[in-house]
Amino acid sequence: MRSFVFPEFQIIRDEEKCGQCRACERQCAFGVHTYDPVADRLVSDESKCAGCQRCAIFCPKGAIVVRPSPSFYRPNASWSREKIEDLKRQAETGGVLLSGCGCDKPFRIYWDHIVLNASQVTNPSIDPLREPMELRTFLGAKPDLMDISAEDGDVQIKTELSPNLVVETPILFSAMSYGAISYNAFRSLATAACKSKTYFNTGEGGLPREMRDEFGKCAIVQVASGRFGIDAEYLNCAQAVEIKVGQGAKPGIGGHLPGEKVSASVAETRMIPAGTDAISPAPHHDIYSIEDLSMLITALKEATNYEKPISVKIAAVHNFAAIATGIVHAGADIIAIDGLRGGTGAAPKAIRDNVGIPTELAISSLDRRLRDEGIRNRCSIIAAGGIRCSADVIKAIALGADAVYIGSAALIAMGCTLCQKCYTGKCNWGICTQDPRLSGRVNVEIASQRLSNLITAWSHEIREMLGGMGINALESLRGNRDHLRGVGLYEWELDVLGIKGAGE
Amino acid sequence: MPRIRRSRRELYNKEICACSIFGAMNRDGERFSGAGVMKAIANMRVRGNGLGGGFAAYGIYPQFKDYYAFHLMFTGKSPQAKLEAKMELEDFLSSRFDVVSDEEIPHDEAVKLRDPPLVWRYFLLPKEGGDDSGLVRSEEDYIVDQIMAVNARIENAYVFSSGKNMGCFKGVGYPEEVGEYFMLDRMYRAHTWTVHGRFPTNTKAWWGGAHPFSLLDTTIVHNGEVSSYGTNRWYLEMYGYACTLQTDTEVIAYAADLLMRRQKLPIEIVAKILAPPIWNAIDRLPEKERKLLTTLRMVYGPLLMNGPFAVIIGTTGRMIGLTDRIRLRPITAATRGEMFYISSEEASIRLISHQLDRVWTPDGGEPVVAELNSMRKVLL
Amino acid sequence: MVIAAIAQSSISANAEIDATDLMTKELNDRLRGLMLSGVKRVNVRNVYGQRYIGTRLYTPERLKMEIEVYGTPGNDLAAFLYGHKITVHGNAQDGVGNTMDAGEVIVKGRAGDVLGFSMRGGEIYVRDGCGYRTALHMKEYEGKRPVLMVGGRAQDFLGEYMAGGIVIVLDLEDQTHEANFIGTGMHGGVIYLRGSVEQSQVGDQVEISPADDVDMAVLDQHVSRFEERFPELEMDREEILSSPFVRLTSKSKRPYSNLYAY
Repeated sequence: MRSFVFPEFQIIRDEEKCGQCRACERQCAFGVHTYDPVADRLVSDESKCAGCQRCAIFCPKGAIVVRPSPSFYRPNASWSREKIEDLKRQAETGGVLLSGCGCDKPFRIYWDHIVLNASQVTNPSIDPLREPMELRTFLGAKPDLMDISAEDGDVQIKTELSPNLVVETPILFSAMSYGAISYNAFRSLATAACKSKTYFNTGEGGLPREMRDEFGKCAIVQVASGRFGIDAEYLNCAQAVEIKVGQGAKPGIGGHLPGEKVSASVAETRMIPAGTDAISPAPHHDIYSIEDLSMLITALKEATNYEKPISVKIAAVHNFAAIATGIVHAGADIIAIDGLRGGTGAAPKAIRDNVGIPTELAISSLDRRLRDEGIRNRCSIIAAGGIRCSADVIKAIALGADAVYIGSAALIAMGCTLCQKCYTGKCNWGICTQDPRLSGRVNVEIASQRLSNLITAWSHEIREMLGGMGINALESLRGNRDHLRGVGLYEWELDVLGIKGAGE
Repeated sequence: MPRIRRSRRELYNKEICACSIFGAMNRDGERFSGAGVMKAIANMRVRGNGLGGGFAAYGIYPQFKDYYAFHLMFTGKSPQAKLEAKMELEDFLSSRFDVVSDEEIPHDEAVKLRDPPLVWRYFLLPKEGGDDSGLVRSEEDYIVDQIMAVNARIENAYVFSSGKNMGCFKGVGYPEEVGEYFMLDRMYRAHTWTVHGRFPTNTKAWWGGAHPFSLLDTTIVHNGEVSSYGTNRWYLEMYGYACTLQTDTEVIAYAADLLMRRQKLPIEIVAKILAPPIWNAIDRLPEKERKLLTTLRMVYGPLLMNGPFAVIIGTTGRMIGLTDRIRLRPITAATRGEMFYISSEEASIRLISHQLDRVWTPDGGEPVVAELNSMRKVLL
Repeated sequence: MVIAAIAQSSISANAEIDATDLMTKELNDRLRGLMLSGVKRVNVRNVYGQRYIGTRLYTPERLKMEIEVYGTPGNDLAAFLYGHKITVHGNAQDGVGNTMDAGEVIVKGRAGDVLGFSMRGGEIYVRDGCGYRTALHMKEYEGKRPVLMVGGRAQDFLGEYMAGGIVIVLDLEDQTHEANFIGTGMHGGVIYLRGSVEQSQVGDQVEISPADDVDMAVLDQHVSRFEERFPELEMDREEILSSPFVRLTSKSKRPYSNLYAY
């Protein structure tokens, strides 16, 4: 069937600058550029281009410009070009449209409508370059009240404490499985997490054996519906265990790692045959109701000798606050909520773009709900889904989160340009692929340095902003909505966020 | 304690104030008039702006020492509105408490203060069978619940003092003026006085917003601004405290009540919760201390009082001075014989006691504790 | 409140001010009045908290006065001081020598917080200890170099943001220096401490070195001046100078140059 769809990207090559070095041909795994020896020039097939910018950046002469091709359909507010062409593709294939990364639709971004406070006169702002500015955070359950006896100066703590994760900065690496991302990218995240004294999340792909000794101490391991790679050693080598119930990019549905991406090594870690599709079912098939989740949480606590906090990751959907309350009562120490903009390696586009609610609203309503129930200190909240900069992190904490997970941001630090073709396995940046020729492009030392740099830079910016608010410890910002104001929001949005409008 | 449900978006205004504080205790328990502390706080007049002042005095009602002394202020635009609030309050009290005596708190007509409310005191005890809620709670928790109910629900009525054999006196004016209004130099003798002079930045000052803030016999006078107010408030509301008085000092009072009265934590631990040391310092301590301080910060992080502050916490038999952990506000402590002084400025202490045995400025986060000698004997 | 009149020719008797019940402004009015009428020395008695003593004494002709303060002066004593000499017989409070330009302040007692803040010249001698944030952003330029000496100890944040000048803390009672965050943000000037401090007590860019011969010569000179001003201490200068001193300086003029991405 002939395709009726235009190429998404246009490639403009400056023939005068081009030296025919063929770097672009080598760099592009989609096969866009080919060298025509007869004409001694590079020829580009635009229909294959993903717009990942690899060739443009690596061209030594800067001779290539890759840009979205303009749309020449008659302008139509309802039938946008994307809607028209997606429809045509479905007519041509009869298939479900897949995509990678997170929702790219113009839903309101609340981070950009929230402004922060600064102290003047009545409260001195604090200079983080001179005075201590503390970001250390404890993730886990805290007792309601402590039983402490003090006799003759000898203080004894009688309350039994739950295990907590200690993190020196409130930024953790989100769950991205080995299989969805390459071994080198996965290892870079682990390396950077250890270096920056934070944690990475293994995602549902397990933790390769050779990495456990070195990286277990900064790892949060995931128990997902496919139960890949889970054994007692896996659970005990890490610092926390996360039950993945859902994720923001595809709430309610499962995951599907195509057989192309299940290499021998991926298969070994996940303990499935090489080349088969790795299916993560939609629900955990042993969790059909809240008491089943309670059972799984307790089972994991038993398996780890009650030494590790248990986290539950859910997607932010309509009634999630009530679900989350149940999860806390079920014994979870940490709740990770993944909002509308959460990323993924592969999801049906319709689900990615339409299911879920924005992270900002989710954090606020969850924090409020748990407080109203009087159980806020029985768990920590980690917020995920669309955190793009340090200001987003601060706003998340002021809205009530204890820490944030970054996924897309971490990948971008390593080189990702959000071309959304992760599911093809042909990531030219070497991140979301199992092709060894491509994954070798991620140099673990350099990529992990880039990730550590990101954490350092954001942590410092957070310190500056905290100091500006007259606060010198992160725990004094958590849930402190006093320091936020909304701009350009409806009253109901201000209500849900629990903040005043600027000037109020 | 009952949960407090708030309206969706808290449009509360938090008043910010910078001020002066002063405290004096005679550790032998000998009672003295308010004249000295009025003179001391007047000396620090420039730190305030005449829009608020108040006193807490311990040991002033020996003839009613076993009864809770509720001090009420009835606000409202007209005398009629004030009387209506009083009637509603007395109706509330009558079913729950036995009031053994009540009267208007005397004041000097010659002293003119702005918009004075009707100020009344009731000496009372909970009535047998007055609690029909079915909840199991201590007498003190019951009293606190009633106070929260009055302040949240009865319009124009505020309980601003509720301990036994002690009382707060406060209003809008310079503190020495408030002292003259309530005749504190003539009518009362206390073994412990704490005083506050206010500089609120919200010009619409109101009588209830002056310091001290009190709950049962815990009183707080506070100089500074609590930048962690939102966080502290969220946490305390989970434990049933209603933050209705629109001032950040409230959270310090409730935190002190929660940690000291309900949890019975010693003051040294409470200080480490409200003003903990920096992590760098904690990490370098010996294992046992490090574990204790790390645990306190981990569990009670939301009660860390951030922002500059110097407070004097008063309880029966104790006066505690505390500053934030990097000492952004001044505090001077001094002793002379049995007298113990805490002040924002040394000069005010010198004014009423030219000779001093010892003068020092405590470290940030380190509590300075003055105790009645009799208390120590009881504990032994 | 009687101001004793002085014959212009008499230089032995000091003028007198009784500060009882005087507000800050009234007291400083009188001091200025005395200075302008030619008085060179004045005693101010019964001082309890009056502020900015010595501040209102600038004249383009650089008139100078010596002031003896009895009592407890209030905050900002000698703020913006322009060359006068003030001696306090008692303790001082916060802000002594705030942005002081020239002159001398002697405190026969202790001082409070923010001592010598932004000081740019002159000398301050405090017999006992002082509080937080001492010598914050002290400065110097070419010949003009302020000196601050403390006989006891200082509390945290000593020498924050220091850009010049000399600070000497003698700890004469041998209690050891317990201050933290010493010299954070320091980018000039020098702090001498008698005794020692740990690296963990000072800012990252502060270098601790033992005092060398050049340093000891400087210390000799200043400790002598200190001893002259506080004979009541009965210091043993030789013993003090023979005990170990450390010198704190900044490793670099631009300690934060690597912080930003452009």
